[in-house]
Amino acid sequence: MDSASRKTTEATSSSGPIIGPGHSFTSVTDRITALVLGKGYRPGWLFGLAISFSLLMLLNLMIGLLLTKGVGIWGINIPIGWGFAIVNFVWWIGIGHAGTLISAILLLLHQQWRTSINRFAEAMTLFAVACAGMFPLLHMGRPWLFFWLMPYPNPMWLWPQFRSPLVWDVFAVSTYATVSLLFWFVGLVPDLATLRDKSTNKVSKVIFGVLSLGWRNSAVHWSRYETASLLLAGLATPLVVSVHTVVSFDFSVGQLAGWHTTIFPPYFVAGAIYSGFAMVLTLAIPIRKFYHLEDFITMRHLNTMAKVMLATGLIVAYGYGVEFFMGFYSGNQYDKFLIINRLTGPYAFFYYLLIACNIVIPQALWSRSIRQNVTILFLISLVVNAGMWLERFVIVVISLHRDFLPSSWGMYYPTRWDWATYTGTIGLFLTLIFLFVRFLPVISIYEMRALVEQTSGKKQDH
Amino acid sequence: MSQIFHPATNVLARVTIFGALILVAVLGGVLYEIELSPFYTSVNVTREQPVPFSHKHHAGELGLDCRYCHTTVEKSSFAGVPPTQTCMTCHSQIWTNSSMLEPVRLSYRTDKSIAWTRVNAVPQFVYFDHSIHINKGVGCTTCHGPIAQMPLTYRAQTLYMSFCIDCHRQPEKYVRPRDQVFNPNYVAPANQMELGAKLVAEYKIQDPRHLQSCSTCHR
Repeated sequence: MDSASRKTTEATSSSGPIIGPGHSFTSVTDRITALVLGKGYRPGWLFGLAISFSLLMLLNLMIGLLLTKGVGIWGINIPIGWGFAIVNFVWWIGIGHAGTLISAILLLLHQQWRTSINRFAEAMTLFAVACAGMFPLLHMGRPWLFFWLMPYPNPMWLWPQFRSPLVWDVFAVSTYATVSLLFWFVGLVPDLATLRDKSTNKVSKVIFGVLSLGWRNSAVHWSRYETASLLLAGLATPLVVSVHTVVSFDFSVGQLAGWHTTIFPPYFVAGAIYSGFAMVLTLAIPIRKFYHLEDFITMRHLNTMAKVMLATGLIVAYGYGVEFFMGFYSGNQYDKFLIINRLTGPYAFFYYLLIACNIVIPQALWSRSIRQNVTILFLISLVVNAGMWLERFVIVVISLHRDFLPSSWGMYYPTRWDWATYTGTIGLFLTLIFLFVRFLPVISIYEMRALVEQTSGKKQDH
Repeated sequence: MSQIFHPATNVLARVTIFGALILVAVLGGVLYEIELSPFYTSVNVTREQPVPFSHKHHAGELGLDCRYCHTTVEKSSFAGVPPTQTCMTCHSQIWTNSSMLEPVRLSYRTDKSIAWTRVNAVPQFVYFDHSIHINKGVGCTTCHGPIAQMPLTYRAQTLYMSFCIDCHRQPEKYVRPRDQVFNPNYVAPANQMELGAKLVAEYKIQDPRHLQSCSTCHR
């Protein structure tokens, strides 16, 4: 078959194998299930979980304080009404995009290198969306009335303001969370059945049994499964573009200089994928090292992800360039002032730091030897994560702190609770990741088995 | 390998799929009903008062005008709760020995107001003015219900925003001639929509777009 031979060529192309040599169905299954079904907990895992969990408790403390005292515990005040909460919201939701891109678009494009990273990239998406979704709610002031954002029959006879992008956000993010959850869970079902069959413990047998929804590996199951996966991939594909576009509308629909620009949707989407791939690398490199998964997450994967990062990073750089150009080309004094203020204003340091993190340092990825160096790649991924966070800080805070009237200018200084919120969600994210790598198969077992079948039996010509 | 689950669990699995949907729908319905029930809205629930004052007796059987006691209703946002002196205009002469009225006499002697329990109230973030409603032909009973049939006073309407908006959207459904505003037994005529439209124009009631604007009530 044509497509099969194309797949095979791809799987063994010159950039290195996407699965280590000498693997069989059994070895793949055993390696991945052992991570879940193995007895006891590694000290490193317990240590990491303990730190993440204490950060999660910090988040709980902060939320408790926020609910009793209100958003005044954060450093926000007019004119900077959107502080860390919105910066973090956009950052987290952006990170999620790589997972959806890997699992949906690359599935439809038959990119086989996605196989070993899609599971935890999807998990990352889900956990990042959970962190992101928290911020707009906490920022509302009265989070217990969040359901007012939904159109439902209510005694006020009111709809939400459908012309507001903040309401579009509610639909975009909740759709995204639902589709991501479904996609992730549906993908897990065959693997959960494998775990059910392999586990010896009665309790885990029952838990995995319930979760695998009676999967018996029959041809009918597989045929329906394939249909469901394709349908969900089709549903998720537009979300890769639409969710961050709607998030960018939160800014670009507003009239503020620095927000009111048409470049925002494409540049936000590129930035989202950029930060998402950076986060996938940040997670993949330690996971493959500590769980010895170098055979499954090979150098080929890291190399390809670095290239995606480089490409999307260049789109983001183009976005910055257009913003800079338009500041002067528009002839609008406020737009021009915004650019000058970014370069020389009180937050200029963060703007230069952003340029360094997002544009200058990642150019190192042009070099093949750097893409092959796992440590440097890991460090660059951290730099890009920080850079993308700074980008949102620059967009939110610098634009707000100098608006049209000098009499209403102000400054924003994050309080300790701002930082607690941020590190707290990192704690939530990492706690979920730690639990995920221990209790669920971190790599898709059945897709790896399919990969073994496609790559074995053929001589590697290259 | 032995089976983990009994075959009967298949039925259970199917039930949970639809069960979850039904559960969510039922839960939503129950919450909605609670929100509209007297338990939550206090509609038709009488409040305990220091004196069991009967609007039925005073406004219905005796035919006192509303403004005899609620004197500021035409001029002020607040209709006004009468001072004890207003009660004593009659009760210094009749029922002077009634034990039921002892708190009234005590209040008169000591010059301390009777602490009535408020029945109808809108939240503090709502700007409500009685005078504009009275002067534009909104009758007392439109909001306060059949007050002349209430032995003890209760709230007749939820006073939810939907209640206000209903009239602000279509004032012609409720507006009555100005001379009927204080008539507690007023019944809307059969041609209410026709009459209402005429009165809306005559009384220069503002356009519903203005009446429904947020800042009309939330200032």
